[in-house]
Amino acid sequence: MTPPAATSRRPGGRWALGLVITVLLALMAWGGSGYRVQLDQGLTVTGLTDQVLWGLYIGNFTFLVGVAASAVILLAPACLLGRPDLRPLVPLGEAVAVAAVAMSLAFVLVDLGRPLRFWHAVPLLGKLNWPGSIMAWDMGVLLGYLLLNLVLIGLTLRAWRLGREIPHRRLAPWMLLAVGLGIAIHVVTAFLLAGLPARPLWHSAALAPRFIASAFAAGSALMIVILAVIQGVVAWVPPPAARPLLARMLAAALLIDLLLLGAEGFGLFYPAGGHGAALQRLFQADPVLGVWLTTGLVLSGTAALLAPLPRVRASPWLLHLVCVLAFVGIWMEKGLGLVVPGFLPTPLGEVATYRSSLVEIQVTVGIWAAGILLFLLLVRRVLARMASRSG
Amino acid sequence: MTDDDPDDSGPGAAWTTRRALLKGAAAGAALLGGGGTLAAIDGPTGIGLGDALGDLLQDHYLRMTPAEIQGALARIERQARRRFGVTLDCRNDPPLADVRFGFALNLSKCKGTRRCVSACVSENNCGRGGTLQNIRVLELPVGSRDLQDGNPYFTHQTVPVAGHWYVPVQCQQCADPPCVQACPVAATWREPDGIVVIDYDWCIGCRYCATACPYGARHFNWGAPRLSPSDLTRQTHYLGNQPREAGVMEKCTFCLQRTRRGLLPACLEACPTGARIFGNLLDPESEIRQVLARRPVFRLKEEQGTEPRFWFFTDGP
Repeated sequence: MTPPAATSRRPGGRWALGLVITVLLALMAWGGSGYRVQLDQGLTVTGLTDQVLWGLYIGNFTFLVGVAASAVILLAPACLLGRPDLRPLVPLGEAVAVAAVAMSLAFVLVDLGRPLRFWHAVPLLGKLNWPGSIMAWDMGVLLGYLLLNLVLIGLTLRAWRLGREIPHRRLAPWMLLAVGLGIAIHVVTAFLLAGLPARPLWHSAALAPRFIASAFAAGSALMIVILAVIQGVVAWVPPPAARPLLARMLAAALLIDLLLLGAEGFGLFYPAGGHGAALQRLFQADPVLGVWLTTGLVLSGTAALLAPLPRVRASPWLLHLVCVLAFVGIWMEKGLGLVVPGFLPTPLGEVATYRSSLVEIQVTVGIWAAGILLFLLLVRRVLARMASRSG
Repeated sequence: MTDDDPDDSGPGAAWTTRRALLKGAAAGAALLGGGGTLAAIDGPTGIGLGDALGDLLQDHYLRMTPAEIQGALARIERQARRRFGVTLDCRNDPPLADVRFGFALNLSKCKGTRRCVSACVSENNCGRGGTLQNIRVLELPVGSRDLQDGNPYFTHQTVPVAGHWYVPVQCQQCADPPCVQACPVAATWREPDGIVVIDYDWCIGCRYCATACPYGARHFNWGAPRLSPSDLTRQTHYLGNQPREAGVMEKCTFCLQRTRRGLLPACLEACPTGARIFGNLLDPESEIRQVLARRPVFRLKEEQGTEPRFWFFTDGP
């Protein structure tokens, strides 16, 4: 007999989960109160200006689309590499994808000047500028990826509830489509920025591969930590091959990201009269922005140098440290660190300073809390099922 | 000069479904107020709930029937009365036949008075006391043509300042506009007379167009524009100077509320030195065609490939 899910949790687990959910709800309420102010007074309550048109919201959007894309790391091995032992990771990947895409879409919505007109961007109902606008493409692939992952995770849960085997063979083509869409959402998000000759920092062919590399790095770092946390909280042991595989992916992705970043830096700063000179002018005018970007680069660079060492990957403590460095560093340099300098100097040569306002921070924290809660609720059902099956 | 006509996507396959859905939503909203139309919800002294709903459910400009456009214009006029207590005339003059507008600016004559800027703000109902100006005049040191050296915030009492020259920048009305390509909901397009316009009532306020513009020519209404009733220009156009609300983009429209009725743009009329020349590029006898034929003209950032319809030139030998 399989024991009921509740007994397979560690003692005090239910209490701890309640506490976490309460904290998340409180943070969401704090974010909601910030958004009310923004709805009331408009985007004047943000730190955004005519010069810096996007900030914390879109910075989190680009980062989280990467996290959503990286969920394919958990799908691909099971369905492409012929590793049935890694199948238990698939629903976890789908839950990450659903939560991260939902958060990305929320960040786009709060960035809109007229959020109630979002229906203008809904296919059939509104008027999408397709195929011309890359943003229209982005909406399409993001919604498609969200729906597909919801359906896949729903089918898995349904099969478990009915006590049936998951029809892996029948789902395989759809998983393959999910992997393709996962890559697509992040490539299209990179094209959103890279397709603008008016913004020289972003107008680079390397941006899309860099986005994929940094997404896989941040994604595998997140998965390693999530698996460790789950193992600590629930009596469920992830497949033994999962952790070393994710750690190797983390190392590879970080090194590729570092290479692409170096190539970008060379193109910017080596030629006299390149855009690097304008960037130097910007960082002199706004040292805080320079420090932010440098910190992000140093954190992810340190992770890139440590992760390839087998001794580091073998030590849980060191590996988790590398994961935190990579995740935070990439969030800093790929979020605000990429979005804000892309706007500066402006096309007319102006240098301006952007600082996130309290309202922006509130709303951002609120959306992160909501996303984490959504992930917890999805994953709780998955884990309950898996624990009861393996128990 | 080869100009492609703008790509006005006609009714597609999805059109009927969407229209039916919208009609249903509008009917439902009207039912709430018990009236036949959304406007009826408000009555003569309503708070504007019906008009707010009408604004929310209004269709894209290029897909509205003539009757729906008249309804939208009436709503704009009602909202102006409610918001400012002012009676506007909001029109929908179509582009003139066989006209494609172009602008030329004589940099030798521009002295940096910025009369064009204030005339533009006033004519186009831009907010007062804010930073939103659809023309920016850059002050550049003599010897530099690098816009990076320009200062748009000069505050001298007298201009021109020795050793400096002035470059006014506004929407360049590109024939291949990156902003139009960028907009996810097709809320901005190029009209047959060459003017890039915005449907303010369709814009979702994502600011991607302004991100794509190489000239910094698109401006966002971060809050509601501050305007007192006496500030308002009352002759307005749906695609031109109708009062904007918070959260939408705006830009220079070559004053289409004036130029489509045979008048000149406000910036040109206000210029004390006669630096600005405006006209029909399709008319070989027009002054602007004479300038293009006889002067060494150039355009800003030609390497961007956006094909501006705004030229600069200098008096020279």
